[in-house]
Amino acid sequence: MVTLNVNGKDHALDVTDDTPILWAIRDIIGMTGTKFGCGMSLCGACTVHLEGKPIRSCVTPVSVAADKAITTIEAIGDTEIGKRVQDAWIASEVVQCGYCQSGQIMSAVALLKENPKPSDQDIDAAMSGNICRCGTYVRIRSAIKQAAGMGEHVSEGV
Amino acid sequence: MKFMDKVIESHSGVTSTPPERVQGNVNRRDFLKLSSLLGAGLMLEFSFLGAGCSKFGEKSSFTPNAFIHIDEDGLVTLVAHKVEMGQGTYTSMPMLIAEELEIDVSKVRLEHAEPNEKAYADPLLGGQLTGGSTSVRGAWKPLREAGATARIMLISAAALEWKVDPKTCRAENGEVIHIPTDRRLSYGDLVNEAARLPVPEVVVLKDPKDFKVIGKPIHRLDSPSKVNGTAQFGIDVQVPDMKIATVSASPVFGGKIVKVSDEKAKEVKGVRQIVLIDNAVAVIADHMWAAKQGLAALDIQWDDGENASFTSESLAKDIAEASKGKAAVAKKVGEPGEVMAGSGRKIEAIYEQPFLAHATMEPMNCTVHLQADSCDIWVGTQVPTIAQGAVAKLTGLPPEKVKIHNHLLGGGFGRRLEVDFIAQAVEIAKQVDSPIKVVWSREEDIQHDMYRPYYYDRISASLDEHGKPIAWSHRITGSSIMARFFPAYFKDGIDPDAIEGAVNLPYSTPNVLVEYIRHEPPFVTAFWRGVGPTRNCFVTESFMDELSVAAKKDPVEYRRALLNESPRAKAVLELAAEKAGWGTPLPAVKGAKVGRGVSVLFAFGSYIAQVAEVTVSADNEVTINRVVCAVDCGIVVNPDTVQAQMEGGIIFGASAALWGEITFNNGRANQSNFHNYRVVRMNEAPKVEVYVVPSTESPGGLGEPGTSALMPAVANAVYAATGKRIRKLPIVSTLKTMI
Ligand code: FES
Ligand code: FES
Repeated sequence: MVTLNVNGKDHALDVTDDTPILWAIRDIIGMTGTKFGCGMSLCGACTVHLEGKPIRSCVTPVSVAADKAITTIEAIGDTEIGKRVQDAWIASEVVQCGYCQSGQIMSAVALLKENPKPSDQDIDAAMSGNICRCGTYVRIRSAIKQAAGMGEHVSEGV
Repeated sequence: MKFMDKVIESHSGVTSTPPERVQGNVNRRDFLKLSSLLGAGLMLEFSFLGAGCSKFGEKSSFTPNAFIHIDEDGLVTLVAHKVEMGQGTYTSMPMLIAEELEIDVSKVRLEHAEPNEKAYADPLLGGQLTGGSTSVRGAWKPLREAGATARIMLISAAALEWKVDPKTCRAENGEVIHIPTDRRLSYGDLVNEAARLPVPEVVVLKDPKDFKVIGKPIHRLDSPSKVNGTAQFGIDVQVPDMKIATVSASPVFGGKIVKVSDEKAKEVKGVRQIVLIDNAVAVIADHMWAAKQGLAALDIQWDDGENASFTSESLAKDIAEASKGKAAVAKKVGEPGEVMAGSGRKIEAIYEQPFLAHATMEPMNCTVHLQADSCDIWVGTQVPTIAQGAVAKLTGLPPEKVKIHNHLLGGGFGRRLEVDFIAQAVEIAKQVDSPIKVVWSREEDIQHDMYRPYYYDRISASLDEHGKPIAWSHRITGSSIMARFFPAYFKDGIDPDAIEGAVNLPYSTPNVLVEYIRHEPPFVTAFWRGVGPTRNCFVTESFMDELSVAAKKDPVEYRRALLNESPRAKAVLELAAEKAGWGTPLPAVKGAKVGRGVSVLFAFGSYIAQVAEVTVSADNEVTINRVVCAVDCGIVVNPDTVQAQMEGGIIFGASAALWGEITFNNGRANQSNFHNYRVVRMNEAPKVEVYVVPSTESPGGLGEPGTSALMPAVANAVYAATGKRIRKLPIVSTLKTMI
């Protein structure tokens, strides 16, 4: 038995200690906003916050999270930065298929919490673990800047 | 003509010279009619086929294949066949209706169609699928006509209610207004009355200059659910009593199971059942972790079968040999053979392109509940009807007992045009009592993809004394996806997709020969963000660059001089070159080489030119710093979608151009996850600038062209930087083998 605190709520789970948080959240608790992309810490689709820090939930066992707070995409909009990031994502029209975006947003929120005015290099460093096959990087960058109040336009033209 | 006049005019059925008048030979009632299916509200059935021809020229008779329903709250629902996989269809299609219906786009919802091949066939592709950059192209006229028809009927209903001449009424923002008195009735109040009126014989569509919605950036309607975790992809489905399964299929295509020892797997907590099907093993468990652990604990003996010794090298040798064989002629203009043998300067080259995996962000998955007399499937698919048919066949159920619950797609790119993973899930479900969700690991997804085919191109040209091509010959050898997917279109040895983009080059060349030789690898291949143009463009545009070098001309100037008969292509080339600062020096990078490359593409009805800027490091790593893209895709429905599709297509193409390849050893794919099937990340993504050329031509496709044009632009930039001509993709692994 492991107790996971997800978005402020305790869940007692009958799983082995090595079960990755990703599958506990998705398949047992039944919250599917956090996505599976690679299972090897290569793509960032599964990013959640553990005590406010971004982790790849596909390789982080539940044992690590005992007595700690997990925040997922479903609740990140309740935080001030989370809301700002989600709004910027919509305003910048970031989303295409959308599958990677839960993870992208979780990484972006973690970045802005640590570093309210990130440079391009800071954005690269914080976000390069999150793959987007639809290629929305141009807009992710500009949405992060917008959420940070350093608004810039997506690109020229049109 | 003022917009209001047009409403009045179109309503009265009197027309002067309308911009697009819908009547022609078709009896209007034949392709748009009132539906009797629903009690309340106004419901129109219409046909995407009635208004146009299928891609390969066949006209079809009327079957309604889409519906719009306006309810008593004035909300509009469009039930149609397109699937949202990221390209913005959910937003573009409602825009077309909203434009003519005079209603806010947010009041129009798009619903997935139920599978029904006749009823929801794609007008351009001829089947119910989302692919080939056809979404907006096929919907362009029919959706606007449907909106206009509904508007006219609502105006008539209001005029009857007020007992006034309909000519004195107009529609605006979901209401009909009696102009002299400013009385207003909302659509919701009018729908039931309108549903009793005859459908007008003639509608006149707006002049593009009067568009209020089309051409204006509109927020994507699907964004909110995709930023808060509530969007439901196939993989997110939860059904009561559902178990989770993961699979391992034979690592070699065509292999079979010999023996499985499952004692250890059964001991894994949460594992419920081990299921063997012909060529795969599945572990059924309470959750994915248990299923994965169980699968890892299995000891499986495979019989690799005939392809046990298949390697990339053997394929490359075979296809090179095949390319010398007899070819089918896809296009012949003038006397290319004679001219080529003549006195001109002859340039020849061979280009090769690898197998590619799709690697959609959402791995393949399918949820099945198979019962004695029904089968429910929850999945994200580009082809719901094909899926339904395949499941009916596998289960022996009549198609109407197979229910496909379609979901958002976490990326399609052509992979979800295939139903292999659905069929596999059904085979497994036959042995399981509860509903199951089968989820592939990323490794399974990459190693059991249906790959973009390997292609081998022989290309040559003869240049006159000014360096202009007087003869052009292009022989394409590779797999035919059409022969498998749309067998009827594979005729006389020609795959119309494989040659697309090679037979319709925008350049003027007097003597042209394009040929095709079908050569199949030992496994089936699939579409990959288009196929023909996506790969032909790399060959033809790289070769054009070779010709410009041979002619000692600037690559942009050289192309420009050949584009006099293709003004749209010339215009995008000039625009891209200008915006990119073509001809100005690039800032030097210490210890590395820099260069610019250009490409021009005409495909899917769109014209594109790109200029890429690259840096090549001393150890041959390539960085794409900036891509300038000029597009003429006809009338732009949602400019923001155009830009987004170009940005996305360019980055998708960049992964493939730089690193993408699936190689084989002992019949097994060598790549398995994102560490060895490398894709572009944030820190590697170029700056992308998109410039749209205003146009009043019909809309062209956008999903694929950005990807297609990127590959040669980058390869040409690498040449400009290093003097090394890349004739085999991916670029980086080829560069590393060159001295
Ligand atoms: S699923 Fe965890 S990083 Fe990819
Ligand atoms: S939006 Fe599709 S993978 Fe990122």
